[in-house]
Amino acid sequence: MNELAAAIPWLGKRNPTAARWLILIIALVAPVIAWQFGRSWVRILDFALLYMMLAMGLNLVVGFAGLLDLGYIAFYAVGAYTFAFLASPHFDVHLPFWTILPLGAGFAAMAGIMLGFPVLRLRGDYLAIVTLGFGEIVRIFMLNLNYPVNITNGPQGINMIDPINLFGWDLSRNLQIGENFSINSLFLYYYFFLLAVAGSIVFVHRLQISRVGRAWAAMRDDELAAKAIGINTRNMKLLAFSLGATFGGLSGCLFGAFQGFVSPESFSLMESIAVLTMVVFGGMGNIAGALVGAFVLALLPEILRDVAVPLQQTLFGHVLLDPEVLRMLLLSLAMILMMLLRPAGLIPARARYSHDHHLSNKLKQEAAK
Amino acid sequence: MTPRTVVGVMPARLMDPTAAPDWRLVRLGKGIMETLIQQLINGLVIGSVYALIALGYTMVYGILGLINFAHGDVLMVGALVALQTMTFLMGMAPGMSPLVMLSIALLVAIVVCMLLGFTMERLAYRRLRNAPRLAPLITAIGVSFLLQTIAMIIWGRNYHTYPQLISTTPLQPIEGVFITPVQITIIFGSAALMIGLLLLVNRTKIGRAMRATAENHRVASLMGVDTNAVIAFTFVIGAGLAAVAGVMFASNYGIAHYGMGFMPGLKAFTAAVLGGIGNLGGAMLGGIVLGVVESFGAGYIENLTFGFLNSSYQDIFAFLILGLVLIFRPTGLLGERVSDRA
Repeated sequence: MNELAAAIPWLGKRNPTAARWLILIIALVAPVIAWQFGRSWVRILDFALLYMMLAMGLNLVVGFAGLLDLGYIAFYAVGAYTFAFLASPHFDVHLPFWTILPLGAGFAAMAGIMLGFPVLRLRGDYLAIVTLGFGEIVRIFMLNLNYPVNITNGPQGINMIDPINLFGWDLSRNLQIGENFSINSLFLYYYFFLLAVAGSIVFVHRLQISRVGRAWAAMRDDELAAKAIGINTRNMKLLAFSLGATFGGLSGCLFGAFQGFVSPESFSLMESIAVLTMVVFGGMGNIAGALVGAFVLALLPEILRDVAVPLQQTLFGHVLLDPEVLRMLLLSLAMILMMLLRPAGLIPARARYSHDHHLSNKLKQEAAK
Repeated sequence: MTPRTVVGVMPARLMDPTAAPDWRLVRLGKGIMETLIQQLINGLVIGSVYALIALGYTMVYGILGLINFAHGDVLMVGALVALQTMTFLMGMAPGMSPLVMLSIALLVAIVVCMLLGFTMERLAYRRLRNAPRLAPLITAIGVSFLLQTIAMIIWGRNYHTYPQLISTTPLQPIEGVFITPVQITIIFGSAALMIGLLLLVNRTKIGRAMRATAENHRVASLMGVDTNAVIAFTFVIGAGLAAVAGVMFASNYGIAHYGMGFMPGLKAFTAAVLGGIGNLGGAMLGGIVLGVVESFGAGYIENLTFGFLNSSYQDIFAFLILGLVLIFRPTGLLGERVSDRA
């Protein structure tokens, strides 16, 4: 898995094995270090892992298959609301975690296909706008389906969602070991999410070098040529949408259970854009890119929140830019500057599967003319 | 994801209260005919604003094949700059006549937006003209959010009440049908601007250069057209129209806000696609059709769905129309271009 080693810039090329071990150690130790700065940082890391899953899923659609999806957060919402419906006092249903997880993923995949069918013929910018519209429609329904029959509980959202329960082991309770040692629930969630992310990495990696992954790459680089060599582009697009959506649905389920509360506010367009920025920032079409992008852009706003706000206090005496503004500023600048200065992202995808390689060659030829 | 205040979330009614006030008026009205005419008027008013915005999208798309995602936010900047100017003028010269004040504010807004359009094109889009297809689009999304953030820094998160310099007392041309002077001004003002734009594009030298560039970049530049200047000019004109549309939009609803540009921007894009993107007449037609459909939709959805859906779903119509048009008639009502172009 040299793909993953690329996440560490210099070492990854010289000594991939060392880089992989380093990544593993960082992943395992990160929450312990974060704990030193306060429990909220462990929580932020948990969210960063969820963002990583989302970014990997969106990367399937945008990076591998080349379909720009601006409504991706809708699938996340489907997952989260599925969990909320089936494991909360809202309908008074409490199904076990392992039953809901496949259901959430399945519903999200179905939503993916539902979106995929009508937009099969669209490309590029049109696709982006229609998917954006899809995301907004889902959000409008979430906001308004509390009347005349209360389904989503409207803008208030659904509360008191059951925590993740692995065969009787409740992750929301601190794990007591012996007399005076206990592991905080945030750590339990962290390692559980880490397992999920690791599983996703393996899956996505195998997928990328499989027949399907290669078909996506071909379709992304030249749809007509892909069709001509016998790739069923319709099925491949639908597969990309539904698999990407599955990731969204799974992480949505985890999010609902972890947060214990879902509301339409968490699934706004801004979040779709945030996940897209992570993929773009890290490098489209590349697992390490999506992971690094998600990690950096999930953490950076929080660090800014801790650093920039007191800094402004001391400099100007009051807070000029509040953390939310800083986050938006960061995301939008990351998106623009990345596209202008380093379009292949922080960690460019390996030439073999990248379309930037293909396109930059094309550009060079154009320039030479 | 985390429970913070998030940009995309605006109380639907404040953000885009097309339906709310007018619709209550409608419900008070008695006859079916009056309701019908009322919805038509509301649709025409909002439709002509959409049409103005759609022109900006369609001109840029026609020339560059780029969806300028940030176009809606230019509208917002226009509205807020005009608001700032009006507030300033009211403080400086309280006795000034409202019409003069409005004209000055409009002028300032137009100039600022034109500069903004020029800067955007120069800094962000020009360098990406030959980049892979997704790059300019992603940049445009980034620019859109950057503008919103900057507006949030300057004008804050609050909703600002928009000064009503033209009277908003409804007139009753027909018993039971209401129209305000602001709405009349919007309809006639946008009609005048659209005619002006058509004349500019079809009758002047720069207009011919624009059409030539849209037809074929390279050939146009071989014929001595300075295509870079033409593209910059297109952005500037589009931004100017957006500034006017912004002031109209905000005056109509009496509210301005840093996120107000997003929805009308999207809807205007829909209007441009509906009319046939790249086609000026199409954008106008599309805008008006969309405005009317939306207004009727919001007015009748409750009866049509037996009370299950209500007028808070009105934003859905634009997206549904967009989806349907792109699937069944991607060239739009009047367009010849195919959606696969670009």
